[in-house]
Amino acid sequence: MKFDDEPPPGEVLPQLPGHTSTGRFERILRAGQFAVTAEIAPPDSADPADVYTRAAVFEGYVDAINATDGSGANCHMSSMGICSLLTRLGHSMILQMSCRDRNRIALQGDALGASAMGVANILCLSGDGVQSGDHPEAKPVFDMDSISSLAMLRQLRDEAQFLSGRPLTSPPRVFLGAAANPFAPPLDYRPLRLAKKVAAGAQFVQTQYCFDIDRLNTFMREVRDRGLDEKVFILPGVGPLASAKSGEWIRNNVAGVHIPDAVIKRLAGARDQKQEGVNMCIEFMQQIREIPGVSGVHIMAYRQEHRISEMVEKSNVLGGRKPWTPKHQ
Amino acid sequence: MKSVRNWSIRQAKWLHVVYEGMEGLLVLISPLLRRIGWQRLDRGFAWVEGLIKGFLFDSQSCGQCTLGSTGLSCPMNCPKTLRNGPCGGVRQDGGCEVKPDMTCVWVKAWEGSKNIGTPETTIQVIQPPVDARLKGHSAWLRAVRERLGELS
Repeated sequence: MKFDDEPPPGEVLPQLPGHTSTGRFERILRAGQFAVTAEIAPPDSADPADVYTRAAVFEGYVDAINATDGSGANCHMSSMGICSLLTRLGHSMILQMSCRDRNRIALQGDALGASAMGVANILCLSGDGVQSGDHPEAKPVFDMDSISSLAMLRQLRDEAQFLSGRPLTSPPRVFLGAAANPFAPPLDYRPLRLAKKVAAGAQFVQTQYCFDIDRLNTFMREVRDRGLDEKVFILPGVGPLASAKSGEWIRNNVAGVHIPDAVIKRLAGARDQKQEGVNMCIEFMQQIREIPGVSGVHIMAYRQEHRISEMVEKSNVLGGRKPWTPKHQ
Repeated sequence: MKSVRNWSIRQAKWLHVVYEGMEGLLVLISPLLRRIGWQRLDRGFAWVEGLIKGFLFDSQSCGQCTLGSTGLSCPMNCPKTLRNGPCGGVRQDGGCEVKPDMTCVWVKAWEGSKNIGTPETTIQVIQPPVDARLKGHSAWLRAVRERLGELS
């Protein structure tokens, strides 16, 4: 789909009344459309062609692309670099900004730089501990956390001033996001944690992988009871498991990912485990689409990004709507 | 010490009352404290605080205490020093993502907050980022001066 006031790729959309950003993603959500976002795997390279190739598989299937910021504390091309390259093509980018590697001076500077490059969405994260990545000997920064960085970026945008109080001449026009994990303890605190993120400035939230619809439903019931679904756009995370073995590995080694036994069992019993993983992901997408208060789905298909088109089409979560693509131009 | 820390979390309700009461007492004697001089008192207070809070709560003496908002679980023990709640990496058994053998500081904080019983005025309060200059200074004197409106 294409908006009437669509600018040439690389230029931002006009900011609509009541919107805080110049982006396509906020428009889709505020228009009440069910949105799809996906995570791009950053290359271990300095070649822009690698980024363009990786982004091409999303074209026409997703409403925004998340550029991860050294996820799992592993070193890759920066989220800023990826966003800068892809906004030039017109892609709607979600810049993931973790507090692990940068203090408040760097975070604010990057928010301004990203906005200047046409990035309209910033996802504020605390970040994975350095111990889980490929440079465990690194000094973790954590000068801020996800919530204080949300509040800081909201101040940057709405009050046009740095955390120090020094004024900006032009504030970043960004849509602010946060992460949530409804599947990790303390489970009864998770809805309140979301409320706190909303109070700090979160306008959209993307969750950790959902492999347990019951747990998501319990979380969403509490979220609706608190009226949070009226205040924040919620996009639960999904992803295809490559096999029972990889599911088992993720469950034991990736902190915060909860995979019930039934999921592993179903994969183990399938003739084509990889296809079964995709099928399960499609079913989760369809089930999530039916949950009241949910605004979209966030796909993290690590090393299976090429299957996203199939998952979006077969699940029919977009109901025939075709997201924007550079090919429209 | 783990056993003392866990005891403090369980007793969070009345310890919190005592803690608040002590702050009130310091406000009461603040004219005297002011006369002696905040700067002159800082070192001694920080030392006493470090002993008491270190023993009861494993406090890391950041100098801007949030124990009242974190169920008496010191957030500076979190390997990511998160001051606004648990990260998404908490293990299914409540273990820390970074140190699996340690129970997540925020799992404890939520337990303590439930014992205190007023989440809206405690754990839900958005904490500003740490002022790195205050580490090792007295948080009690600072809290008193904040209450008196002497600090912004």
